[in-house]
Amino acid sequence: MSKKTAFSIAAIGAILLLALVLNSVLDSYSKRVLNLCAIYAIIALSLNLVNGFTGMFSLGQAGFMAIGAYAVAIFTVPVELRAQGFYLEPMHPAIANIELPLIVALLLGGVLAGAFAFVIGFPVLRLRGDYLAIATLGFSEIIRIIFTNTQSITNGALGIKNVPSLSNMFFIYLAAIIVFVLMRLLLSSSFGRAFKAIREDEIVAEAMGINLFKHKIASFVISAFFAGIGGGLYGALLGTVDPKNFMFTLTYNFVLIIVLGGLGSMSGTVIASFIITIGMEWLRFFDDTLILFGTEIPIFRPGLRMVVFSILLMVIVLFFQKGLMGQKELSVDMVKGLVSRVKGLGKKRGDGK
Amino acid sequence: MAKVLKSNLAAAIMAIMLAIILIYIYSAAAIKMETAVFVQHMVNGLSLGSLFALVAIGYTMVYTILSMINFAHGDIFMMSIYFAFFAVSSFHMPWVLALFCVIATTPVIGALIERFAYRPLRDAPKNSVLISAIGASFLLENAATYLFGGRPKALPDIPVLTRVITIQSVNFQVVSIVIPIITFVLLAVLLNFINRTKTGIAMRAVAQDYEIARVMGVNINWIISLTFIIGSALAAVGGFMWGVRYPGITPTMGVMPGLKCFVAAVVGGIGDIKGAVVGGFILGLGEIMIVALFPGISGYRDAFAFVLLIVILLVKPTGILGSKAREKV
Repeated sequence: MSKKTAFSIAAIGAILLLALVLNSVLDSYSKRVLNLCAIYAIIALSLNLVNGFTGMFSLGQAGFMAIGAYAVAIFTVPVELRAQGFYLEPMHPAIANIELPLIVALLLGGVLAGAFAFVIGFPVLRLRGDYLAIATLGFSEIIRIIFTNTQSITNGALGIKNVPSLSNMFFIYLAAIIVFVLMRLLLSSSFGRAFKAIREDEIVAEAMGINLFKHKIASFVISAFFAGIGGGLYGALLGTVDPKNFMFTLTYNFVLIIVLGGLGSMSGTVIASFIITIGMEWLRFFDDTLILFGTEIPIFRPGLRMVVFSILLMVIVLFFQKGLMGQKELSVDMVKGLVSRVKGLGKKRGDGK
Repeated sequence: MAKVLKSNLAAAIMAIMLAIILIYIYSAAAIKMETAVFVQHMVNGLSLGSLFALVAIGYTMVYTILSMINFAHGDIFMMSIYFAFFAVSSFHMPWVLALFCVIATTPVIGALIERFAYRPLRDAPKNSVLISAIGASFLLENAATYLFGGRPKALPDIPVLTRVITIQSVNFQVVSIVIPIITFVLLAVLLNFINRTKTGIAMRAVAQDYEIARVMGVNINWIISLTFIIGSALAAVGGFMWGVRYPGITPTMGVMPGLKCFVAAVVGGIGDIKGAVVGGFILGLGEIMIVALFPGISGYRDAFAFVLLIVILLVKPTGILGSKAREKV
């Protein structure tokens, strides 16, 4: 076993142990925020696979998430509680009595999202750039429209309540790590490297014998699969699933994350997921009224948080196009280099004095 | 070339007419729709189509010049409706004055977005511009939520425009006749401006190749700003009329019409102003007719535009009136 592998396994063990410990120590609010970080990381990684590593531009993540979330919501709500939610129109008899364990429902959601991506991939992936973005955005809205209209399956606009809520940090972090490792393995295989070749130059990649369409659709389907799983976890974390949760504006969060982390950097994506999710919580003070020296500052009122958030997005896009990591990955060597540079900086200053 | 374009346009109009006649026959024969009801739906479709056309022109003009989708255009449209709301309800302006105020203020937003979100990235990779456009759209939506609140508002009733007239048992509001007229007048003015004036020629030159245009002494920054200003002004007219016609002003209301109008521009042939209008009418009529003919699937009316987009991109990627092959597919 090489040193690198040993280090990776140790890191994974440490994270899981930490998750296990934090799970019993933290209050439910902090746990929820940290869980959301991990779930956002899964979905942002899936988006980065298409946008950062394969060089396409998809905006369909909210739709794939919705498929995963609905798979979990439909199949994990206890059978006896279902009639309560479906009061406008009873649940379709074919699915009314099927109850699945969470893991099976998650995988089912992932597979369904992947299958949907496969079907729409044939027409959509012929498009490029802006057109692909619009078409995927359109399909994610179509998914939402379908879910709003299929009253007997998804309960329409009322949404599905009583989803057994998930707050086990160990489980969610394990899922995130599995997704990360699988994607890492994929991207270091020759199949995954072909994605990067396509990103760099499609024509050259094709000349090297890479089947463009096959790889593009593979990347799209795998991305949708992971997004479906992430969406399922998201639905389970929220406890209620309704179509309004999956507006395309949800996708913008993940676009911000991958832009901040660096298009084409997995570790950057994970770091950015934590920064953004925790940052969004921390920014909540913008929404509260602020009283300084006995006078209320009028600009602090609900909504300011999102304005600040979108201004941050613009600043990152305009001035830090590479994001935190660019296309690099966090590694032991990089940390060492960083530490020695910081040390060097201190020494130089010391010498100066 | 001009001849081909003309015949293309003529063919498109003929095809639309034919489709309307077929739909009429179908509606009369299959679901026993009365002629008056059919005409009613047609009027609704025409006025919705004209609104789409007004906004679609903005997309197509920006796309011709910068080859980018101005994602924020739908939100500029939304802002114009808010401006209309405040002009009419807070400042109690008569509607003509309010309309001019909206036309004067909305382009400022368009020009600011171009200046701060797009100009710095003019030579950046296309995806950066796309992300910046998404960011601008997101910023406008959030700013509107913050400034105006998320609760839906409705434009106060403007009796001159919302009065219902009945001709031969067909009821329609004055505004649904006014909208198509305004659209065609503005279209004529715009086409004249682009084809006849010096600024219009400069605009077309920038669309061809902005480096060369710069060498020829065209102030390209001004021309690009002007494109955004004209596009936003047309969106403002559309926004005002939309506000009169449909209640419910919310910060995210611009997104769906925005996406649909982009689809309209693509369907008509992006880069062609007449195409945008044709696309707008196809989309508006199609949407209304689907709801009218198949009430069972009326929940899916928003999906129509996207299905149409996919179909047109696969069948004729240059759009109905597009003649030049562009890199799209």
